[in-house]
Amino acid sequence: MQKGGFNFDLYQRNVELIEKNNYKVPKTTKTGTTIVGVVFSDGVVLGADTRATSGPIVADPNCEKIHRISDYIWCAGAGTAADTENTTGMISLQLELLSLSTGRSPRVRTALTLLKNFLFRYHGYISAALVLGGVDFTGPHLHMIHPHGSTSTLPYISMGSGSLAAMAVLETGYNSKMGEEDAKSLVHQAILSGILNDLGSGGNVDLCVIKHKSMEFFRNIDTTNSKRKFRKKLPYMFKSGSTKILEKEIKEKMEKMEIVNEKENEIEELEEL
Amino acid sequence: MELIESPLQDLKKEVSTGTTIIAVQYQDGVIIGADSRTSSGSYAVNRVTDKLTPVHDYIYCLRSGSAADTQIIASYVSYYLNMFSIEEGCLPTVKKAAHMFREFCYQNKQYLLASIIVAGWDEENGGCVYNVPLGGSIIKQPFAIGGSGSSYLYGYCDIHFKENMTEEEAISFVSKGITEAIARDGSSGGICRIATINKDGVKRRTIYGNELQKFWEK
Repeated sequence: MQKGGFNFDLYQRNVELIEKNNYKVPKTTKTGTTIVGVVFSDGVVLGADTRATSGPIVADPNCEKIHRISDYIWCAGAGTAADTENTTGMISLQLELLSLSTGRSPRVRTALTLLKNFLFRYHGYISAALVLGGVDFTGPHLHMIHPHGSTSTLPYISMGSGSLAAMAVLETGYNSKMGEEDAKSLVHQAILSGILNDLGSGGNVDLCVIKHKSMEFFRNIDTTNSKRKFRKKLPYMFKSGSTKILEKEIKEKMEKMEIVNEKENEIEELEEL
Repeated sequence: MELIESPLQDLKKEVSTGTTIIAVQYQDGVIIGADSRTSSGSYAVNRVTDKLTPVHDYIYCLRSGSAADTQIIASYVSYYLNMFSIEEGCLPTVKKAAHMFREFCYQNKQYLLASIIVAGWDEENGGCVYNVPLGGSIIKQPFAIGGSGSSYLYGYCDIHFKENMTEEEAISFVSKGITEAIARDGSSGGICRIATINKDGVKRRTIYGNELQKFWEK
């Protein structure tokens, strides 16, 4: 019985299909993304765009890239959507069990170690680049985790295809004495910069502000980029007669009914008893 | 092939500490120094990295190569050293730490890209520096250099190294070396992190970019 992990049994067949039978491999949904995290005086702000792409097509224009690891530990993910969701989901479960068995509230550092050890085992094949942020009893923390398992702890982080655009904004605007409003505004600007300047990022801006024993999730705080000017009204209405009828065939609906013997007498006997 | 690759391609590359690391023995212990750049292709992922990683109270390791590999190895060695020192009831020697690093790097050499310098102080031997390069060999040296920027320092070190330097001389030796490597090597940059390890413990300092000495420059 398979214990878990990857199953490479079909590898050869897949290679043959691609090479000999011209099989077109379905594209993975990648979050070509901009994700950002900033530490401020009382906590951490995480931000993300909401576009999920499948090759050049936008698979989901409003997906959620900020995942819950624990109540006050959240993680934004870039890379392959399946990998980020499932990795953060798994570590969230492990952290919950750990916190129940130790009787202590979970620490950001623990989530970091669980994530980095998990990703390292797969040598970068699990394409999940994460920005992990949260506030635990030791204070606010912000970490970046690369697909190969290396981590860095920094006061401001950007990852994903739009990270260069976002980092430009962060480097300009960050200062270590920022308050909550400044940090939110900085993260918002950084994500917006990614959305506007990176082709893989787009949609709306999601923000998550985590402070001591408090978490506020601002889903779609900025939707100016997804308001399309010319949009056909849903549902699509077609005039009657707009589709040309080529053939008509009418079939009689025949009902086949079998009457099963109803054992009424038996039931009556039981009731008497 | 384009000389300057698209930034998106860089982000997909493995993060490596394309680096300069130096460790040198001085009269009371060791001085270790490193730059602070972690790069992924030509994008600097972290410009304030701390490559001076403690594995025990008086023993540090300097990491170069793949960031993920070296972080995990340092984590393992730190764990085992702690266990051993608790079981034996005494501080581990730098030799033990270095040999542990060697064991990991050699036995898993196919999978790892890690070149580590182990330096510290112990009671019996004073300050020690061990170099554990890519293949997993181990060599005890009075000073060791590593990383991509070290290529530019062989001449400098050969000429300027002296046995039994004082703390100031040794710090100057290390900081000038890092400065020169940062100036010449594209994969090294940022600030210069230095630590002094002797019987009194570990003393860390940082030399910021604008405080680094300026050598021959137009």
